[in-house]
Amino acid sequence: MLWQQLANGIAIGSVYALISLGLTMVYGILRILHVAHAGIYALGAYVGLLSFRLIGDFWLSLMIGMAGAAIAGYLVERFLYTPLLHLPRIAPLIVSIGLFTAMEEAFRIIAGPHTLAYNARVGLGDFSVGSFHLTETQILILFVTFAILIFLWAFLAKTRTGLAMRACAQDPETTSSFGVNVSAVIAVNFLIGSAMAGAAGVLVGVYDNQVWPTMGSIPAYKALAIVVLGGLGNIPGTVLASIGVGLAETFFIGVLAIPFPRDAVAFIAMIIVLMFKPYGLLGKA
Amino acid sequence: MISGYLITILITIVIYAMLAHSLNIITGHAGQISLGHASFFGIGAYTSAMLYTEVGLPFWISVPMAAVAAGVVGALLGIPCLRVRDDFLAITTMGINFVVEAIFLYLPFFGGAMGIGGINLPRWFGREMTKPEYFILILVVFGLLLLLDRRMGRSWIGLAWASIREDEQAAGAMGVDVVRFKVLAFILGSAIAGLAGGFYAHFLTFIMPQNFGFGQSIVILSMVVFGGIGSRWGPIVGAIILGLLPEVSRPIMEYRILIYGILLLGMMRFQPGGLLGPESILPRILRRSVYSLRGQG
Repeated sequence: MLWQQLANGIAIGSVYALISLGLTMVYGILRILHVAHAGIYALGAYVGLLSFRLIGDFWLSLMIGMAGAAIAGYLVERFLYTPLLHLPRIAPLIVSIGLFTAMEEAFRIIAGPHTLAYNARVGLGDFSVGSFHLTETQILILFVTFAILIFLWAFLAKTRTGLAMRACAQDPETTSSFGVNVSAVIAVNFLIGSAMAGAAGVLVGVYDNQVWPTMGSIPAYKALAIVVLGGLGNIPGTVLASIGVGLAETFFIGVLAIPFPRDAVAFIAMIIVLMFKPYGLLGKA
Repeated sequence: MISGYLITILITIVIYAMLAHSLNIITGHAGQISLGHASFFGIGAYTSAMLYTEVGLPFWISVPMAAVAAGVVGALLGIPCLRVRDDFLAITTMGINFVVEAIFLYLPFFGGAMGIGGINLPRWFGREMTKPEYFILILVVFGLLLLLDRRMGRSWIGLAWASIREDEQAAGAMGVDVVRFKVLAFILGSAIAGLAGGFYAHFLTFIMPQNFGFGQSIVILSMVVFGGIGSRWGPIVGAIILGLLPEVSRPIMEYRILIYGILLLGMMRFQPGGLLGPESILPRILRRSVYSLRGQG
């Protein structure tokens, strides 16, 4: 029972990590609260679902969903955020909220207000030992998240572009003076972050077997709370906070059965942590 | 005699104008953002409704209490957030909007999805107010709020807000207590939103959680951005135009939220000062036409 809940919590936390990482990377480099990231996540799910219906292969639809999200994220950065960086920071935030609202409505108008089934066969099969049981989609989520996290770590730690990204997050001007193309680094940042959000959208679509227009609403603020919890802009902190919130939701609501809105857990955790550690779990002043 | 339909629209627009004005105090005067302004509107509406229907307090007490309740919640949220980092206020207000809506929706105490009914228009001179009288009452209160705003704008508080908005670090270096003035703006804006909520509840006579969701916050924010963040009349003009548009045309009503979203995005991207901002199209055209008239005369 305990192990079962642990696995469920980690699976949910993995999805949160995939969404929140892009958000924290964008904040780290541009200091923008990218609310529309949750719209990109829902877009990934819709693009994935559309390509799944056309092609019928899950893995390919995951790739296409990620690519669609990445392109959308890149366009948002180029045409909406970068031209506004000289304005007060409230300007890109308002643009982001407007975009998120418009995207949700566009999904509703184009794809209809009802939920659509994402009934993909992945071909992994369930896994059970005694009473411990992992569904196929849970294994899928754990596997994909693990693969993406390894890729992200290798990219940030081992490649020159990754080094440039970390440098930009610390000080873009100095990095630029060393001959790094900061504009390209920001673009790569958005491409990777948005692709991860797109992957999360597809995974949630398959896990819940549904895709719906407002699927980004709750992640929009939950991911922001997780990012703050981990220390805005801090990547390991974000992963830690995501898994922590996934586990807390499963234990408090699932095991202890506290009658409490599940989606408020991240938010309450954020407020409690901020009281004692104003810059998040792993954040620095 | 003004028709009932017209008076309903007029009252709705004044309430929206009050909301846009209250958000403008936070966003325009102090440069902060509240993404959950509808939650303070809702807290005001529910406070006033509960006090009126459950406790039996009259309108004249329940509505001021609505402002107090929203202001207190604003203080509880604003003080910890604004002390640490501005961004936290945006995140917290967005989150609180979903939490407040969920509380109204899931707690039977607040009437759940059915909301609260049986809230009446205020009584005076031994009878219930008529709608046109109620409209004038709200208009007078709003006028007083605007006068207060003008007085504050000319006082030290207004100067402190202007300095924080222009350059926070410089303001801090000159000895302005940045956090205190930001918190003050946030509490004041929340309280006025609560007051608007009280007026709204007594006008609609029943309220539901859905009236105070994140979408409503977006509507209020759109009015402020469309009219011009920080200008005194901009948000009011924004509230009038955006409040009237859905009444004028059905298709606009249908795609209202999409239009508001695109409006936020497009205004900020191409016309960040809004309709009435100092660098915007409308004042420029007006100035040019005034000059050309003078040139002819």
